[in-house]
Amino acid sequence: MTVKQLSVFVENRAGRLSAVTRLLGDNNLSIKAMSIADTKDFGILRLIMNDSEKALDVLKENGCSVTITNVLAIKIQNKPGGLADAMEVLYKGNVSVEYMYAAFIKEDEGTAFLILRVDNNDLAVKTLTENGYSLVGQEELLNI
Amino acid sequence: MGRYWNESIECMSREEMKKLQDERLVAQVKHVYENVAYYKKLMDEKGVTPDDIKGTEDLHKLPFLTKADLREAYPYGLLAKPLSDCVRIQSTSGTTGKRVVAFYTQHDIDLWEDCCARAIVAAGGTKDDVCQVCYGYGLFTGGPGLNGGSHKVGCLTLPMSSGNTERQIQFMRDLESTILCCTPSYAAYIGETLHEMGYGPDDIKLKAGIFGAEPWTEEMRHEIEKLLGIKAYDIYGLTETSGPGVSFECSEQTGMHINEDHFIAEIIDPDTGEVLPEGSKGELVFTSITKEAFPLLRYRTRDICILSREKCSCGRTLIKMTKPMGRSDDMLIIKGVNVFPSQIESVLLKVSKATPNYQIIVDRVNNADTFEIRVELSEDMFSDTIKSIEDLEKKISEDIHNILGIKAKIRLVEPKSIPRSEGKAVRVIDKRKLV
Ligand SMILES: [Zn+2]
Repeated sequence: MTVKQLSVFVENRAGRLSAVTRLLGDNNLSIKAMSIADTKDFGILRLIMNDSEKALDVLKENGCSVTITNVLAIKIQNKPGGLADAMEVLYKGNVSVEYMYAAFIKEDEGTAFLILRVDNNDLAVKTLTENGYSLVGQEELLNI
Repeated sequence: MGRYWNESIECMSREEMKKLQDERLVAQVKHVYENVAYYKKLMDEKGVTPDDIKGTEDLHKLPFLTKADLREAYPYGLLAKPLSDCVRIQSTSGTTGKRVVAFYTQHDIDLWEDCCARAIVAAGGTKDDVCQVCYGYGLFTGGPGLNGGSHKVGCLTLPMSSGNTERQIQFMRDLESTILCCTPSYAAYIGETLHEMGYGPDDIKLKAGIFGAEPWTEEMRHEIEKLLGIKAYDIYGLTETSGPGVSFECSEQTGMHINEDHFIAEIIDPDTGEVLPEGSKGELVFTSITKEAFPLLRYRTRDICILSREKCSCGRTLIKMTKPMGRSDDMLIIKGVNVFPSQIESVLLKVSKATPNYQIIVDRVNNADTFEIRVELSEDMFSDTIKSIEDLEKKISEDIHNILGIKAKIRLVEPKSIPRSEGKAVRVIDKRKLV
């Protein structure tokens, strides 16, 4: 139960971020979650899209370096300590988190979604589901 | 049609070839002395007359011609035939200073195209082939030269010129091109685009490529061969001597056979001008012994290479030259160190599996040289973490330092962000010269 994350290499120069996001928008693609990791010269724009296949094609056609990573999208309680609880479950399950970020999606006021990149997807899925967390798959992303 | 375009010349014995060269050289020196005042003056100053030149052993007595002479004599100073006998000009892009304009009689065009035909046949070409020429047409010699050679061989010729890569691939697929002629960087670009379009080598009928007009490495050859599923052959030439086809590669792929019946090659010490023995590395010098309109004698190419008469498995007896190892006028002096772009290319091709396009940017800030190399980050060099990209930068930087002894700032840039002109990547931007 993973979702496809697109990572795009972007140089740190004026207008690049705007060009990439505009490109996605013009192609009627919707960003479900995103984060940017950056250094002085370049950044990696990480995206969860409603239609990752189409987004990949659009980005490649426009000459972007893109790579796909399978990441987890989990639902947590939108309340103080909700994130800490999930982290604790993963820590106890021996899963280490490489990075994570919040998604724009939510079903209702009580829930929030997190995107997680972990060292072992299978182990993380097992640990989380055993502890009552639900994960979102690629198809469900389209409907939220 | 056999393995050679002109077997009696390409496989001629050394003795016969020497005799042919001697006769042609003697006549050519006389022709130039009588018709080119500029060169007569150089010979007079050196105290050499046509009578002193009895054969190739006397070649060293003749004065050199350099690019500076071409500039000084521009446009008609080295012309050896009346303009009314000339039918064509070709010209260099003129990126460094004044452009070179070369003149051709119909005889000159014929011999040039004949040289290109030899190259096409050496790459396996026959009249049944479909030859797609994506060198630039026009003033640049690449397109017209290979186009003419392809006609001579009898290939179906596709005069595509460079650019519009998707259309190139469409023609390549629809008309089942079997031979591709272009610059190696454009060949790599066509290969990349082919794969981006979702095709692979099995979706095209190409079997061979003839690539020249810019430096490329063995690594790049393997990359292109893999991308397009072909055998890639090198071709060499320069506008000053006619264009591509001065030398060409055979199936052995270990250097290019020089068309010695038209061009005599020498290797000299670039500092002293002294002729070096076979097998020495030095500057390549060409003497045109058959061209009528623009016959340059002892023209210094600035290309550094090695000549070899070792027996070749293809059966040709024509002397072989290595791929140029650098150009003395491409050479950059950065922080006091001699830097050839080819050295940087070899480093880049070692640290990445892909075909990285790169650009060297040199500037002077507060009286110190700055040295930056921009490298296009291709898909297979890219991974999701900052650390892996920084590691890649570090590795390139360390390898450059090891090879050159100076440090460069490595900057990874987005694919296709480095400008290309006529399919040729712009390799060096030296801002120090712009001041
Ligand atoms: Zn050979």
